[in-house]
Amino acid sequence: MHKITLSHGSGGKLMHQLIDSVFMKELDNKTLNQKKDSAILTIGRKKLAFTTDSYVVKPIFFPGGDIGSMAVYGTVNDLSVCGAKPLFISLGLIIEEGLDKSILEKIIKSIKLAAKRSGVEVVTGDTKVVEKGSCDKIFVNTSGIGEVYYRNLAVENIRPGDSVIVSGGIGEHSISVLSKREGIAFGTEVKSDSAPLNGMINRLLSSSGGVKFMRDPTRGGLATTLNEIVRSRRFGIAVNEEDVPVTRGVRQACELLGFDPLYLACEGRVIVIVSSKSAGKVLSVMRKDPNGKGSRIIGEVCGENKGFVYLNTTSGGRRILEMLSGDQLPRIC
Amino acid sequence: MKYIDEFRDRKLIGKVARQIREAVKPRRACRFMEVCGTHTMSIFRFGLKEILPGNITLISGPGCPVCVTPNAFLDKAIALAGMKGVIVTTFGDMLRVPGSYSTLEKEKAKFNSVRMVYSTDDALDMARRNPDKEVVFIGIGFETTSPTVARSILTAGKEKIKNYSVLCGHKTMPQALRALLDDKKIGIDGLLLPGHVSAIIGVKPYEFLVKDKSKGCIIAGFEPLDIMQAILMLVKQKGPKLEVQYTRVIEKNGNPLARKAIGEVFQKADSEWRGLGIVKDSGLEINKKYSFFDAEKRFKLNVKPPKENKNCICGDVLKGIKTPEDCRLFGKACAPEHPVGACMVSGEGSCAAYYKYKARVYA
Repeated sequence: MHKITLSHGSGGKLMHQLIDSVFMKELDNKTLNQKKDSAILTIGRKKLAFTTDSYVVKPIFFPGGDIGSMAVYGTVNDLSVCGAKPLFISLGLIIEEGLDKSILEKIIKSIKLAAKRSGVEVVTGDTKVVEKGSCDKIFVNTSGIGEVYYRNLAVENIRPGDSVIVSGGIGEHSISVLSKREGIAFGTEVKSDSAPLNGMINRLLSSSGGVKFMRDPTRGGLATTLNEIVRSRRFGIAVNEEDVPVTRGVRQACELLGFDPLYLACEGRVIVIVSSKSAGKVLSVMRKDPNGKGSRIIGEVCGENKGFVYLNTTSGGRRILEMLSGDQLPRIC
Repeated sequence: MKYIDEFRDRKLIGKVARQIREAVKPRRACRFMEVCGTHTMSIFRFGLKEILPGNITLISGPGCPVCVTPNAFLDKAIALAGMKGVIVTTFGDMLRVPGSYSTLEKEKAKFNSVRMVYSTDDALDMARRNPDKEVVFIGIGFETTSPTVARSILTAGKEKIKNYSVLCGHKTMPQALRALLDDKKIGIDGLLLPGHVSAIIGVKPYEFLVKDKSKGCIIAGFEPLDIMQAILMLVKQKGPKLEVQYTRVIEKNGNPLARKAIGEVFQKADSEWRGLGIVKDSGLEINKKYSFFDAEKRFKLNVKPPKENKNCICGDVLKGIKTPEDCRLFGKACAPEHPVGACMVSGEGSCAAYYKYKARVYA
């Protein structure tokens, strides 16, 4: 008998298999099949982006954020990377009985602040309380609606020669949550990168017409997201390992635990694919934003190795970068 | 990062690669075995095979603890996870290793009885916090992990933590290498030996590799520059010798404190290796004095006879006789998300490394 395991939720290959074999099989339709971060819906002359995401992070408070602000920013970012201005979000809460009311209040205050910071309104909501043990403290779901203002974002626009930009250090969210959860301290405290990206994305889209596609590298990390982009396409992506921004704290944690930072989740980063001509301009706009200070060109789209991401390693070698399969497991020795 | 960046320096690695090319005779094919799984991972992760001259072949050996753990042992761990009142604690890479009929990850989904820990201290803590549960630690690995497991048993003894026990599947490296090299089919010109095992056991236990087996050996570190330098040292050897490349870590006599802990708690035993079969004196079992903490003695384990997939060639892969790509299951029935053989499960397994980093030939 097949069981759902944690690996099915890790954002990697197993999750994609689950999506295809269960969800797509039964729910198949034109919009869903596009598998975008948000569904793009045409209503009259307007194009709307619509998305949903659930948050089950443990612990609920971590360096650099909490489950509330993360639930707002995650949905805001999923709308933003589709070229939409986030407008309204819903808030669904599943609360475990016995949770301190003060904790709930703290989370809701954080949601209020995050919504203000990202310029969205929480316009509807729902609360359920379940028996102790039926969930872990609190689970949050947010859905969001935004208005599409930039219509030229599509994987189909990507061409060999385009540049690949990432907006800052990768893996900080994963390491922040992990170190808090496991009580492991690394040399420097790693803060989650959880942040709203709509402001920066709006500015970069208005600065240049050369932006082809964007996606935020959440679960599965940079490597998995790049693989989603090249999957069954007529191009590949070459990444230069030494150009990928990884902060010292994240590197230390990865060395210690045997993780590869390329597979760790971000909650406030975006991958931008842009024509090489516009790359410099886009980069300078991104770097002016507090959430994009660490932006770098990390590689380029290439005509060979179609459907693959490969990495030019720091040591001068080269290897294929696969999609994450299952969760990363710490090494034995 | 100190001690990391220097050892991944592109220029230095390029320089050593040139020296290797100059030192190796162009027509002579060299087959070297990197014994340790961490070596294998490093070689793939940093793309070192692309930098080495074509006539040097690197073969992955039996040094990935997860890979060499047989189904029979996994079946016991899985049986424990299904027992009432038991919490099984394990290092992460054991979770997805397939036993004959299930995995710890699947049992976790069924019974919520498995916890991933980062050290034996976490397992002990769990035992302290859950006095009404039995906490079992799945002890596998070589001399690099057995000292901490030994210490956890010593601590449990001292603090009278009676609900803690260890399912012991520890193995020792030198005896396995002897068994490996007894197989006449193996054609290996030299070995890269695992540096961290020698950090514990020192240099001496490997002397037989030179004396009895006439193999050149370098005890090597794990960064790309370490591995490249070790290969250079092997290529330059005139006649078989045992040398240490990883001098910044290894003392000639290893770590006496760690060895003392091992000696206090464990005794030598025959042990089954996936791919090698039962190897005399190549394992550790908990000795009589500490048998109270032996999970196999504490619990009545009802385990069906182990079952192996006949098409899996993990054994020959471990011996370096075949490569993962020779296996008909590789990349099809057996992939990291649904592994058949254990070489695919651990990130350090030969098959997982091949799949992840080299899966297809570049255009």
